[in-house]
Amino acid sequence: MLKLKLIEKEKSPKIEIGKARPLVEMRNIVKKFYRVVANDGISLSIYPGQIHALLGENGAGKSTLMNILYGIYRPDEGEIYVSGRKVSIKSPKDAMRLGIGMVHQHPRLVEALSVAENISLSLTDVGVFASPRVIKPRIMELARKYGMKVNPDAKIWQLSYSERQRVELLRVLMQNAKVLILDEPTTMLTSSEKKELFSMLRKMASEGKAVIFITHKLEEALSVSDIITVLRKGRVAAQVAPEEVTVEELARLMLGYEMISTVKREPHRYDGVVLKVENLHVLGDAGVPMVKGVSFEVRQGEIFTICGVAGNGQRELVEAITGLRKVARGKVFFLGRDVTNTSPRLLADMGVAHIPEDRIHVGIVPDMSVAENLALKKYRSPEFSTRFTVMYDKIYEWARSLIKQYSIIAPSEKIPAKHLSGGNIQRLILAREFSGEPRLMVAVNPTYGLDVAATNFILSKLLEAKKRGVAVLMISEDLEQALKVSDKIAVMYEGQLKGIFPVEEADIREIELMMVGVK
Amino acid sequence: MPSWIKLVRRADVTRTTVIAVTAASFIFAFLLASIIFFWQGINPVAAYHDIFISAFGSLRGLYFTTLKAIPLLLCAVGLILVFKANVWNIGAEGQLLLGAVAAGWVALYALPNAPSFVVIPVMFILGAVAGAAWAAIPGFLKGKFNVNEIIVTLMMNYIAYKIVEYLIYGPWRGAGSWGYPITDEFPETAQLPLIPGTPIHYPTLVLAILSSLAMYFLLSRTKFGFEVKAVGYNVEAARYAGISFFKVCFVTMLISGALAGIAGVGEVAGLHHRLIYPWSISSGYGFSAIIVAWLARLHPIAAIFMSFLLGGLFVGGYAIQVSLGLSYSVIHLFNGLILICLIASEILLNYQIVLPRGELKWQRLKS
Repeated sequence: MLKLKLIEKEKSPKIEIGKARPLVEMRNIVKKFYRVVANDGISLSIYPGQIHALLGENGAGKSTLMNILYGIYRPDEGEIYVSGRKVSIKSPKDAMRLGIGMVHQHPRLVEALSVAENISLSLTDVGVFASPRVIKPRIMELARKYGMKVNPDAKIWQLSYSERQRVELLRVLMQNAKVLILDEPTTMLTSSEKKELFSMLRKMASEGKAVIFITHKLEEALSVSDIITVLRKGRVAAQVAPEEVTVEELARLMLGYEMISTVKREPHRYDGVVLKVENLHVLGDAGVPMVKGVSFEVRQGEIFTICGVAGNGQRELVEAITGLRKVARGKVFFLGRDVTNTSPRLLADMGVAHIPEDRIHVGIVPDMSVAENLALKKYRSPEFSTRFTVMYDKIYEWARSLIKQYSIIAPSEKIPAKHLSGGNIQRLILAREFSGEPRLMVAVNPTYGLDVAATNFILSKLLEAKKRGVAVLMISEDLEQALKVSDKIAVMYEGQLKGIFPVEEADIREIELMMVGVK
Repeated sequence: MPSWIKLVRRADVTRTTVIAVTAASFIFAFLLASIIFFWQGINPVAAYHDIFISAFGSLRGLYFTTLKAIPLLLCAVGLILVFKANVWNIGAEGQLLLGAVAAGWVALYALPNAPSFVVIPVMFILGAVAGAAWAAIPGFLKGKFNVNEIIVTLMMNYIAYKIVEYLIYGPWRGAGSWGYPITDEFPETAQLPLIPGTPIHYPTLVLAILSSLAMYFLLSRTKFGFEVKAVGYNVEAARYAGISFFKVCFVTMLISGALAGIAGVGEVAGLHHRLIYPWSISSGYGFSAIIVAWLARLHPIAAIFMSFLLGGLFVGGYAIQVSLGLSYSVIHLFNGLILICLIASEILLNYQIVLPRGELKWQRLKS
C-alpha cells in the first residue's frame, strides 16, 4: 500500500493522559438497531488539543458512535460526560450547546442562500440570533485565522465541494464548538485540498480544541492524528499512537485479519479498439457546454482512467457514452459502430455496462428486491421472460447464485435493496453489470466511500474483467488508486482532456497540477 | 413535535403493520368526524350505527353499496397502476365522463337498432377508448415534455364536464325530455342486464373484479409491471436500466383512462340509461377512487374490499341525510378526513413512535 508522504506533520505537544481532564468521555456506549449491535460497549475519551482519529471499516460503528455524541441517536446504554459532568444529549441542539459540532460528510447547507446566511441560520439553532450582515466580519476573521478562502456573500450552489466543507467548518467554529467531529471529511477532496484541511485541523487543535476525525483510510489516520482509536465490529479493537504502529499493523487491527493485497496491475495485452470517442461536445444540465471536444480510445483488455476533480465534465461525458445524455457534437463508436445518441437500452444490450456514480439514486431501485435489482437490465431477456411475463422463480434462483459469487451480504434475495450496506449495494451493482458479459465497462468512482475489503474486491473484479478482454473506462477522483490499476491515465479539466499517458510515464505531481488546471 | 417523542425507522414494513396502520387511520378519521356530529348535536355512535346498518345491514343496502363500489373499483384499479408508476392521474372523473359520452353516442346515434350482443360490447370498447384518449393527452404531455400531469388531468375534468353539459343542453337533448337537460333514454338493447331482482348491472361488476385480478397479475408477474415499479420507485435508475419513462407513463395513463371510461359506460348504460347532468353521472367517483386506491395501499385485490367499504359509506351518507337530517356534504367531509388521516399515517408505516422510558420523562418534568 502506498504511504501518503504529501502531508508533513507537526505534532502538537503531548498531553499526558491522566493529567489533563478529558473534554468528552463516553463510557460503555451500547446501541442496537434491531438485532444489529452497532456499538457494543464502547468507551472513548477525547482530550483538548488533540486530533483523535476514529478508524474502522464501514459498519464498524464509527458514525453511530459520533451520531450518539452529536445527539442524532440516543444510546441504549452507557453514559456521556462533558468536562466531567454527566449529560444527556437529546438532539444536535443539545450537542451544540455543549460545544460539540459536527461536519457531515455531505454538507447540509441551503443551496440558494449565501455563506453568511447559512451560518446565521445555524446560529439560531443554538439560540443566538445574528443577522448575516452582523456576523460577516466575524466569519472573515475566522477564515483569515485558519487560512480559508471564503466569500461570505457567495451562494452555496456556486461553491465546490471543498468550499462547502469549509462553510460547514466555519459554521461549527462560529457556534464556539470545543469538540469538532468530522465525518470522513477527505472522501471528496484532492490531495492538495486534503493538505489544506489537515493544516486547518492542526491549527484548531493547537488552540485547545478537540478534533475527532472519522476515517477508514489508514494513511490519513497515521499522518494527521495524535491518537488513533480503531473500531471493529462495534468494539474498540485498539487505541494507539501513530508513531507506535505501521500501516500493516493498523490494517490488521482494523480488519481483524491480514490484508492481502490482491490488487495488482498486470501487463496489458491491447487488442482492438472497443470505444472510440471523437471530438465530443456535451451540454450540462444548465445548458452550458460541459464536455468540449474530447477524443480518446479504449482498447480491449485496457483500463483507461480519467482523473479529475468532480464537476469538470466527467459526469456528462459518461452519460453521453452510456446514452443517458444527448451528444451535442462529435461521435461515439462502440466496436466500430456509430452509437452516438443511441438509447441506453440498446447500448446495454450491445454490451456496455455502467457502474454509475450515484449508487442509491441511479444504480439501484431501493424499494425493489435484491433479486429484482440484479435483474434490472435482464428481466426482459429471453432467459428470464416470456413474451409478456417475467419468470421470477428463475430470477430468484439466479440471484441466489450471484449473491454467493459476489459475496453480497443479504439475508434473502427478496428483501428490498435499501436494506443493504453501501459496500453490498456496490457489489450488487457490480454483479449485475458483469453478469451481462459486457465488452465495455464504464465505472464511475467505483470504490468511492468503500472500506478496504470492499475496495479490494471491486478492483480485483475490474482487473479480472480486463484479463478477460473487457475494455474498462474508469472515472476516478482517487489518483493513487488510478495509478495502481490503470493502464492509461487521462486528466480532465474544464471539459477537456489535458493529456493521456501510459501509466508508466505518469507523474503524480504533474497530474495533480493538471487536475487543478495549473498545468 | 416535542423532542421527547422519537421516530425510529422501521426495519421492515410487514403486511400486518400496513393493515394495522390503515385501520388505525380509518378509525382516527371516524373519531375526528365524531366532533362534527357532536357539534351538530347528534350522537356519533348513533350516526355510525345508521351508516353501517343502511349500507351493509340489509340486502337493499348491499345492492346500493355494490352499485357504488363498481365505478369506484374500476377507477381505483386504474389509478393504482398510474400511482405505482408515480404518475398522478387526478382525472379519472373526466375520463369516466368521456366513457359515458361514448356509450351515449353508441346507444343513441351509432347503433340504436342493433341487438344487445353487438351494442353492449361496442359501448364498452368505445367507452374504454374514449377514456383512454382523454387520459392520453396528459400522459403524452407528461411523458414527452414533463408537463405537470396533476394540473392537466385536473383541468381536463372541467372540460369533460362542459362537454357533457354542451351535449345535454344542445345537440343531444332528448325529444321526450320536456326541456330538461337530459338525453332520450337508451334503447333497451343498450341497457345493461341486471342481476334479477336487484339494480346491479353485473357485466360492469364482472369487468371490475376481473380488472382488479388482471391488475394484480400485471403488476406482479409481467415485464410491464416490472417496468412500472422501477419507474415508480426510482425513475433515474429506470432510465439508467434502459426502461422508457415515456412508455410507462403513457401506457399506464391509457389503461387508467380506459378503466375509468368503462366505469362511465356502466353508470349510463347500467343505471341512468341516459346522459344526465355530469355531476350526477360521476358523483365524484373519479376523485373518491383516489381514496380507494390509497386505502388499499395500491394493492389491486385490497381495492375490491375498499371500494365496497367506501361505497357503503356513500350509501350510509344518503341514509343519515334522511334519518338524522344531516347534509350529504358530511359524507364528503368524511372522505376528506379519511384521506388526510391516510396520508398522515404514511409516516407511521416507515417509522415507529418510541416514547422514552418513564424514568426519562420524569427527569424531564423535574428539570
